Amino acid sequence: MADVRLPGTLTPLFPGLPRRLEVHAPTVLAAIDSLEAQWPGLRDRLVAEGPSLRSHIHAYVDGERAGLDTPVAERSRLDVIAAISGG
Amino acid sequence: MPKTLLTVATRKGTFVLESDDRRDWKLRGPYCEGWPCYHAIYDPTTGEIYAAAASEWHGSTIWRSGDLGETWEMSSEGLSYGDEDGRKISKASTLARAGDRLLVGVEAPGIFESRDNGRTWSLLSTLSGQHGSEAWDDPANQPPGHLGISGFVTDSGDSDKFFAIVQGVGAFETEDGGSSWTPRNKGLRRDWPSEYEDVGFCVHKLVRSPDPERMYQQNHVGMHRSDDAGQSWTEITEGLPGDFGFAAAAHPHDRDTFYVAPVDGLHDRTMHEGKLTVWRTRDAGSSWQPLRSGLPQENAYLGVLRQGMAMDTHDTPGVYFGTSTGQVFASADEGETWSEIANYLPSISSVDVAVLD
Repeated sequence: MADVRLPGTLTPLFPGLPRRLEVHAPTVLAAIDSLEAQWPGLRDRLVAEGPSLRSHIHAYVDGERAGLDTPVAERSRLDVIAAISGG
Repeated sequence: MPKTLLTVATRKGTFVLESDDRRDWKLRGPYCEGWPCYHAIYDPTTGEIYAAAASEWHGSTIWRSGDLGETWEMSSEGLSYGDEDGRKISKASTLARAGDRLLVGVEAPGIFESRDNGRTWSLLSTLSGQHGSEAWDDPANQPPGHLGISGFVTDSGDSDKFFAIVQGVGAFETEDGGSSWTPRNKGLRRDWPSEYEDVGFCVHKLVRSPDPERMYQQNHVGMHRSDDAGQSWTEITEGLPGDFGFAAAAHPHDRDTFYVAPVDGLHDRTMHEGKLTVWRTRDAGSSWQPLRSGLPQENAYLGVLRQGMAMDTHDTPGVYFGTSTGQVFASADEGETWSEIANYLPSISSVDVAVLD
């Protein structure tokens, strides 16, 4: 199971969504889709039309910048970051 | 006196102001998790508050509250051009109720509707086919504020009939629920060349008086009035300190009375001479009176945006507006005197008002 860390801006939007959880999924997009199944609407908060990650949402798999197609291994760590922006 | 409720959308969430007497006001919020909110309305059809919001991180959504702001939910289900279209929604800008439809205008320019009061959305129209519309999404054509749908005017008697404003392009009217559109810009001034006769106008704000034939608009270049439900327009700027502004409100009981808050049209877009002033006409634009009592008259370099002014429907109607510097001002006597009813809020995008029976 991949170790998924989510941004703090996301959890208030979905009751019961933890900051850290485990997901079994082959790619970043599949991991997000698996969360969507449990928390409907979550995918749209991270993924824009295309599909692509939203402009200021960054993903890292095992510390490397990732896209939606990036593979996620069984023991990977997937960080989803709300990049510093705005004011 | 029934309760008066203001919904105030700001750069950091939506707030609610309420009063039983229009003198003492209670502020609640911020709501919507502090998301940038562009337009918040109270919908008398459902009793719900809706707020159009767009987060830099998490995209656009419509928040809703069924208990006057105490609890909120959001949904953007269906609020998308899809993966194949190429267009993206960068902002949900404006909301309106039209019969059983809830409308939201977005940028890139498009109108989505909800038939289940904001739970799900579907694309209603992009106004495709209008002159020049093929270039609306070209980044080279984007003005600093970007193009989008910036406002609606609905018709209380016919839910299929409503106006939509495309920023920097003009006003359009549909009479068939959004299937077809007609430009309604005849007689408007523009101080720039345009490839087309019927579009290329910068309509900032469109409002309807209690007489549906009588409409007003604040344009990028001038105040205008229509006496034929938007079919044609006549400029009524003379007597105002300038031709530029965003906010405007029509008196709910008098077709000839109308309010605006002109700002300097150059780069600053703040109050002329730093004097916060609302201007009123009682004769459909033949003359204008400055309304300043209770408003700061020194160093008030602030703006009021296009959704930032509203009037209630009391017998003696109140006027309200919110500023770019986070104040809400209210007048319970049709603008004769003003008081500040909120301060230190984030920059205000919209003020809407409802009288709750």
